[in-house]
Amino acid sequence: MKAEKSILPGAGSLIGKKSGAAAERAAQIVFTACASFAILAVASITLYLVLSGTPAIFQVGLKEILFSTVWAPTAAQPRYGILYVILTSVVGTGLAILLGVPVGILTAVFLAEVADERVAAVVKPAVELLAGIPSVIYGLLGIYLLNPAMYRLERWLFRDSATHQFTGGANLLSAVIVLAIMILPTVINISETAIRAVPPSIKAASLALGGSRIQTIFKSILPAAKSGIVTAVVLGVGRAIGEAMAITLVSGSSVNAPLPFRSVRFLTTAIVSEMGYSSGTHRQMLFTIGLVLFVFIMVINLILTRVLKKGGQTP
Amino acid sequence: MEKSKLLVKDLNLYYGANRALKDVEMEIRDKAVTALIGPSGCGKSTFLKCINRMNDLVENVRIRGQVLLDGENIYDRRVDTTLLRKKVGMVFQQPNPFPMSIYDNVAYGPRLHGVKAKQELDSIVEEALKGAAIFEEVKDRLKKPALGLSGGQQQRLCIARALAVRPEVLLMDEPTSALDPISTSKVEELMEALKKSYTVVVVTHNMQQAARVSDDTAFFLLGAVVEFGPTAALFSRPRDKRTEDYITGRFG
Ligand SMILES: Nc1ncnc2c1ncn2[C@@H]1O[C@H](COP(=O)(O)OP(=O)(O)O)[C@@H](O)[C@H]1O
Ligand SMILES: [Mg+2]
Repeated sequence: MKAEKSILPGAGSLIGKKSGAAAERAAQIVFTACASFAILAVASITLYLVLSGTPAIFQVGLKEILFSTVWAPTAAQPRYGILYVILTSVVGTGLAILLGVPVGILTAVFLAEVADERVAAVVKPAVELLAGIPSVIYGLLGIYLLNPAMYRLERWLFRDSATHQFTGGANLLSAVIVLAIMILPTVINISETAIRAVPPSIKAASLALGGSRIQTIFKSILPAAKSGIVTAVVLGVGRAIGEAMAITLVSGSSVNAPLPFRSVRFLTTAIVSEMGYSSGTHRQMLFTIGLVLFVFIMVINLILTRVLKKGGQTP
Repeated sequence: MEKSKLLVKDLNLYYGANRALKDVEMEIRDKAVTALIGPSGCGKSTFLKCINRMNDLVENVRIRGQVLLDGENIYDRRVDTTLLRKKVGMVFQQPNPFPMSIYDNVAYGPRLHGVKAKQELDSIVEEALKGAAIFEEVKDRLKKPALGLSGGQQQRLCIARALAVRPEVLLMDEPTSALDPISTSKVEELMEALKKSYTVVVVTHNMQQAARVSDDTAFFLLGAVVEFGPTAALFSRPRDKRTEDYITGRFG
């Protein structure tokens, strides 16, 4: 009598060699280690910033730092007010977002829904290339192209002004434009992916109800892509707030109230431009600015994800 | 019931070089249910989408022939497809609610067509949901996401969404193929009720369904209509051998 030969390995019993178990455990450990590393990094950055950023607060006083507009760290009677710097970051990034986000989303719509394949095949790689350009290059181009044009505009606008301090085109407006362009690739790429991920059946449903192409885009496709677009905006905002190199070059970098044709200094550019020569309280103040920037970004991220994401979920 | 709503004349459709519809002729009666049956790939969906011109969206598609809606050729160059699709609603094979609330799904069409007043929208939404026999199930959660409904409910919501623009013709492409038997019988009952006010054209691969719900049936094969006529006659005394083979299940 011949035993039936089974094609199943280890047939007749469920007990195998469990060869996968060790790999499973190893993978688990690797994943946990990576996750812990990320948490450790965030925790230590926070700790380090708080430790290094607080001494100046005790020396100078929180009120003076946050509400004084005078920044004169190297004066005989040094002053460390960063109100204008904070406001410049708020206003500058805010305007860049207002400019860059709508343009970015509309470009994404164009790429995903409107442009025919041949046009998209040219524009899309160009946008991706834009994302890979180092920020300092944006700054150089800003100096080369934007600032001269801005200077001409400035001379024309203020031709009769006796009080205007000419910036040579290195002003808030230039910084806003550079920032807006810099966040475009992020906003475009992520929004486009989100728009393309909307199932075609959604579009078909809208068209079949008698929706026009434009109505379909704005009333069904974009709402369906909302959570991805929110992510795009959040990342774009993050890039704008954190940017230093490019705007150092085009914003003139003197501390002023954030008005379009004034030279201004952002939180980031303040740190970058002074770290090299600062010492003592001045140096500690730069760490405090870092702490302020950190808090600023945290708060913005929280607000954006809370508010926008809530709006993104259907009630 | 004898009046014809749609008259299809010598309709041919090509996807590139592939001729998907061949000389289709059909007279679809007003306020009746017309079923389209046939093996898969024979052109039922293609034919259905000719009636609301959803095929216009497909690249490289060529259409020859006429589809007259109340005597008007919908392939006339001057026809506005958005107005056509307002008159000819469609329900798809897979329920495809928008990722919005139940209310917003149903109000979507009316809003597209300019209805803004809250009260008017409210009453349209209620009427449409009642028309699709789903109002009782959802009336307490109109603001909840439509995607939280079961598949059968989603499909009836899609029917309500189509009804809300007050169409005259309702096209349904295998509307029950993704549903469980109970939901299926609900949608079938609904079709019975709908034909009082609408002209319904339904694609189905389920012969019993065609026999149960339709007044007329067209049997498609390889893009051509093999046989078309009153459902009772077509099922009891098919004239064509191929129809007989298909409805008796002898067809591959
Ligand atoms: N968008 C399309 N592009 C090219 N060919 C298509 C397209 N849609 C359907 N076809 C072809 O047309 C024929 C009929 O398809 P369809 O109308 O979907 O059949 P049915 O609904 O009866 O299953 C098939 O051969 C199919 O491959
Ligand atoms: Mg089909």
